[in-house]
Amino acid sequence: MIDENNTIKITYREALKLALRDALQKDEKVFLMGEDVGRYGGAFAVSKGLLQEFGHERIMDVPLSETGFVGAGIGAALGGMHPIVEVMTVNFSLLAMDQIVNNAATLLHMSGGQLNVPVIIRMSCGTGKQLAAQHSHSWEPLFAHIPGLKVLSVGTHEDARGMLLMALQSADPVIIFEYTAMLNMEGEIPANAGIVNSTNATVRKEGKDISIITYGAGVYKALDAAKELIPLGIDAEVVDLRVLRPLDTETIFTSVRKTHRALLVEEAWGSVNVAAEVSACIMENIFYELDAPVQRLCGAEVPMPYPKHLEDASLPQKEDIVSMVKRMLQHDRV
Amino acid sequence: MIEFNMPSLGADMEAGTLREWLVKPGDKVKRGDIIAIVETQKGLIDIEVFEEGFINRLLIKEDEKVPVGTLMALIADGKEEAIKPALPILEKEAVKEKVIEKITPVTIPRTVKASPLARRIAVEKGIDLTTIKGTGEGGVITKEDVEKAIAPKELLPAEKKPTATENIRMAVAAAMSKSNREIPHYYLQTKIDMSHALAWLAEANKTRTIKQRLLPVVLLIKAVAKALTEVPELNGYWQNGFQQKSDINIGFAISLRTGGVMIPAIHNADKKTPDELMQALNDIIPRTRAMKLKSSELSESTITITSLGEGNVELVYGVIYPPQVALVGFGCIMEQPWTEHGMLDVRPAITVTLAADHRATDGTTGSRLLMAINNHLQKPDML
Amino acid sequence: MTETEVKQVVEQLLKKIAPDTEPANLQPDDDIRHTLEIDSFDALQFVVALDEHFGIDTPEEDYGKITTLRNLVNYIMQKTSEPGYHK
Repeated sequence: MIDENNTIKITYREALKLALRDALQKDEKVFLMGEDVGRYGGAFAVSKGLLQEFGHERIMDVPLSETGFVGAGIGAALGGMHPIVEVMTVNFSLLAMDQIVNNAATLLHMSGGQLNVPVIIRMSCGTGKQLAAQHSHSWEPLFAHIPGLKVLSVGTHEDARGMLLMALQSADPVIIFEYTAMLNMEGEIPANAGIVNSTNATVRKEGKDISIITYGAGVYKALDAAKELIPLGIDAEVVDLRVLRPLDTETIFTSVRKTHRALLVEEAWGSVNVAAEVSACIMENIFYELDAPVQRLCGAEVPMPYPKHLEDASLPQKEDIVSMVKRMLQHDRV
Repeated sequence: MIEFNMPSLGADMEAGTLREWLVKPGDKVKRGDIIAIVETQKGLIDIEVFEEGFINRLLIKEDEKVPVGTLMALIADGKEEAIKPALPILEKEAVKEKVIEKITPVTIPRTVKASPLARRIAVEKGIDLTTIKGTGEGGVITKEDVEKAIAPKELLPAEKKPTATENIRMAVAAAMSKSNREIPHYYLQTKIDMSHALAWLAEANKTRTIKQRLLPVVLLIKAVAKALTEVPELNGYWQNGFQQKSDINIGFAISLRTGGVMIPAIHNADKKTPDELMQALNDIIPRTRAMKLKSSELSESTITITSLGEGNVELVYGVIYPPQVALVGFGCIMEQPWTEHGMLDVRPAITVTLAADHRATDGTTGSRLLMAINNHLQKPDML
Repeated sequence: MTETEVKQVVEQLLKKIAPDTEPANLQPDDDIRHTLEIDSFDALQFVVALDEHFGIDTPEEDYGKITTLRNLVNYIMQKTSEPGYHK
């Protein structure tokens, strides 16, 4: 599997599993709990085989009660463990919202700094295979809104491999968004890939003409778009936010100071989303670096449609990014 | 308290830079004293005061540029006030050479559509965005548009200060444009027999040392000045109507070797003898060429004479120097066929022209002046 | 004083009167005043300078004899060699 560049080809799912294994091997306090994570191997097969390797104590199937098991995870964290709670999909996290918002996010504050809650809550996010309105949510903005949480978004294979390990170093609750649509996607990562820095946004591709700022499922789309823009003479920079809370504004500002234009790409609905926050930060801090208005490409403001072509149409795609960049740079003007 | 303001040293002057105060608070000044040196487009000008009193307070710092009419100093007319210079004195030592702003401040009208970055660069570089065509979305001016506008500008030697020659050129341009724009000129011309004047001059110069020798132009100046005593309607300014002046101060156009014209005044030319006029020229021509004139010399001429006879030009159609109302032009003195009493002769003759402001006078007045000039040149011993 | 020396002095004096010109480029038969754009006032200053330097009086009727470099130098040579010339 290791090629001459010392990289390995791996699916996003595989990378997530390797990270879980590493975490379980390295620290006895770490355990995985969630619906069907054990015997079934996870709803998306991320944890397949881990039960056999680590046993029932550490790979724990739980009843279908998000409020209950997320609360149990928070309790375990308070009790000195380091639980990784898998909420099958972000869609069901709404049921656990009270535990997450009112307990996980607040206890450190309400205990006067005495109680850390080192719980990690993973959830699969975004569209899958035509899962329609109730099962295709992008709730990143909801979680990024809440003080007390750290919110990570896994937009690449490298981050799938290493972000969890970094998150485990946090003493406070971390929400990790993984992307259903990317699970089968293959990517190359260094053979020795492991823990990655997960406090910063990062530049995935350098460029000088425009900053495409995105996260999650938007990262590969933006990189593909940037590739397509090269023959047109447009050198786009792609910034992967990675950390949606707290936002790493310095990386954003450094990029925009260089390119003087920003296009924000996000699958979540545009109203009151992460892109809105990034846009506001840019205006407030580096307005006089802007050579064009900040633009956003976000999810259409409708419940996710079932038909494939409408599902595709309701999310920003590579083609949308390319044409918006061309418009912002007045590429086709004569 | 008398107010001392930045004087207007010509219709073309909008502002001046105070280079030096020659007085300090408490100093006694009298009419004609030079109290300051001001830099204008016409060089460093000695500024005279026209009042008597004691300097009470200097209000403008050295190297400060202020518009014409700005209060520069207060002069107390009574002694007591001056003895107690109660008001703070501007210390000369405290005045530092002001850093010359490289960038002309620009204000960008809100209606201009430009990106924040384009605006910022425009302000930093002093670019007028109203002159730029935007190529951004919807015609918005972008960074690239501004940079394109800067590029040619920066190829020039970086924001160089205009040279004295360029300044003079601009001053002449401004005054002449104003004149041509505002003054309805009429022109008259006549030919004058110069044989008597030149004969008188040749005789006169025989008894003079080389240095005292008179030039023909002295007689021309004197003849015009005397003619103006008879036709005073052409001696004065048009400023909200005609203002006749009692002093006859002849502005004598002096071309500068580097280009441009200065018109210093020869005060009370009608009262000066030809020798005194020659002395005045000896004084004023080198100072003009060195750009070292007094404020009164620049601002007080009541009519202009231009003598272009040097280059064998036969006649001059002048442009009036505003706010004056007339300009007398002399061509060269050249031998010409001349008829008189039915006889043909060859005589040195000169063509004199009058350019006059039709708002102030009409052709008959102008013609009276030219006739008077002719008469005086026929009786040179009376000049 | 040789002709060359006189010519050099004349050029220096002209340079003083008309600082921005190149009297050294004058051809012997060029009209001095016309070529160097010297007006009557400066011309008079030049005659004064000739007097001060060479001690020669140039009466007005002689002005026609000093219009070019060639005849000016000749004029000066002649004047300075006249009996009774005192520098």
